Amino acid sequence: MLSSIMSIINTTLMYSTPLIFGAMSGVVSENAGVVNVGIEGIMTFGAFVGAAVGFYTQNPWLGLLSGSLAGVILVVLHAVASVNFKADQTISGMALNFIGPGLSLFLCRLLFKNKTTTTRIANKLPKIFGLVDVTVLLALLITILLWFVLYRTKWGLRIRSVGEHPAAADTLGINVTKVRCTSVIVSGFLAGAGGAAMTLGVVSQFTPTAISGQGFIALAAVIFGKWKPQGAYGACLLFALAQALAVTFGGGRIDIPSEFLSMLPYVLTIVVLILFVGRSMAPSANGKPYKKGKR
Amino acid sequence: MKKLANIFLVGIIIMNLSGCSWSDPESVANDGIFRIAMVPDMGGVNDQSFNQSALEGLYELRDETGAQISYVESKQFSDFALNLDKLADGPSDLIIGVGNVLSDAIEEVSARNLDKNFVIVDYSFGDKTANNVTGIIFKAQDAAFLVGYIAGMTTKSNKVGFVGGIKNVIIDQFQYGFEAGVLHASTERKIPIEVMIQYAESFADAGKGKAIASRMFSADCDIVFHAAGGVGYGVIESAKEYGTFAIGVDRDQSYLAPDNVLTSAVKNVGTAVKLVAKELMAGKKIGGKDYEFGLSEHCVGIPENHKNMSDEVYNKAMELSKKVESGQITVPYDEKSFEAYKSSLK
Repeated sequence: MLSSIMSIINTTLMYSTPLIFGAMSGVVSENAGVVNVGIEGIMTFGAFVGAAVGFYTQNPWLGLLSGSLAGVILVVLHAVASVNFKADQTISGMALNFIGPGLSLFLCRLLFKNKTTTTRIANKLPKIFGLVDVTVLLALLITILLWFVLYRTKWGLRIRSVGEHPAAADTLGINVTKVRCTSVIVSGFLAGAGGAAMTLGVVSQFTPTAISGQGFIALAAVIFGKWKPQGAYGACLLFALAQALAVTFGGGRIDIPSEFLSMLPYVLTIVVLILFVGRSMAPSANGKPYKKGKR
Repeated sequence: MKKLANIFLVGIIIMNLSGCSWSDPESVANDGIFRIAMVPDMGGVNDQSFNQSALEGLYELRDETGAQISYVESKQFSDFALNLDKLADGPSDLIIGVGNVLSDAIEEVSARNLDKNFVIVDYSFGDKTANNVTGIIFKAQDAAFLVGYIAGMTTKSNKVGFVGGIKNVIIDQFQYGFEAGVLHASTERKIPIEVMIQYAESFADAGKGKAIASRMFSADCDIVFHAAGGVGYGVIESAKEYGTFAIGVDRDQSYLAPDNVLTSAVKNVGTAVKLVAKELMAGKKIGGKDYEFGLSEHCVGIPENHKNMSDEVYNKAMELSKKVESGQITVPYDEKSFEAYKSSLK
């Protein structure tokens, strides 16, 4: 019994961490009014760069930082296209989902003798008390920090104002383009970190399937959590908990076909969403490019 | 400006969608050169597994016989038939689809191109095999039987695990072969050995693989065998963290964790593809039937590298391998044959 509970907690924390980074990435960008559907692609690129740098430098922290910066490099495309050029945010975000994995595999083949997986890193990110990955703690700290910035600082107010009503923010002298660009870049940084957290913490190498849907689940968690950091954090934990339950009770330990158990995370998410969360309100200018002087 | 950016981004997407590598030469046939073209599944030719093995086998054939080899990778499932069609229009003598996900595409395209020979790896059309189609199937259960035996002989906790990807006939071969092998060891050692079995319902989610394997290891398993593609990276990772053993699949996976991979159930697609292509080159008719490969053709088996087990266990496994080859032991490959195998032991 005790070992089951420990295993559920462990799996929940392990599984939720990359999701939380991804969800925070979505929260920061969407609160500024820029939809970022490219989280999956950015995470994949961050996962590759993190694992590659982690391998060459033997330093997982450098890997984590590089993975995050790789996310920034990729997301700049999205920022420039959707904020500066006012392109459709969904399209430019979707482009990242193609560019991220494509670029990762291309560079991987280039750097690792034509292989599509990187060589295992020698040093992984450390574990706290030998139990949970340090990224679990990092994810929590980032969530708290993001909550603080969004709701307790001037910057946060600016971010939220350009997401709610960019024209009003503009008349008050806030540089909408700058605030949005900055938010998208922070979003890329966090998504990149989430990818690297996968390849430097959960496993210890990049594979083409290292990021398999986490970015999209993170996006769902943003909506589930009503675009709030604490809400999205809870959504990720809930999803991971359901996954952990499916794993712990799978394999014939209870008499339910494993296909049904595998549906549990998704079904549970929908049920909780309908029963307890209620109406989810997006920032009103979310997804809309801002044009000066347009009403 | 906005329009420009849109066009640019759409361009990138289109480039991605249509970016298949086209390496079939447009030269005319009848110059005496034997041409083989291959369509790998979504993993691509550098997947360090199945597809790569097939291509390496073909390259060996090229070096031996001068046959010309080309391949076309697919970016999505709907590309399979398209790419096969392209190849069928070219001068290729033999077109190979690697992986059972290509079976529908092969069936469709082979019916349109009766003058071409097609091979499908890991799939059998059974009685409905067309005259220009050849199936290559593996007795993967034989390799799984050997690793199961090794696991059963090596386990100290008398508890081992199996992590499957998604249940299908191919993964069944691994699961029941493995269970039979463990059972064989347990009869020999005269102790009961428990096998925990769990499916990840995925071939990609390494995190889930790690969670399942960790669950098994914390429940006292000391060896876990995976037949789950990308999920397996998580299984091996977990073995490394727990200081226990994982057993690899498809190829020798010991490079992933040299001290924690006990052995691997190897499936040598390249050797099989080469054998079949050679038959055709020698002028034999290969269409309309299946080729089944096993231990004796060296198409399945275990790697020689056995530093994590005792020599005694390895040698015994080799003896067992001979018994399977000679037909003294028939390894089960599905639930029904496994039940029959179990009752034959009693």
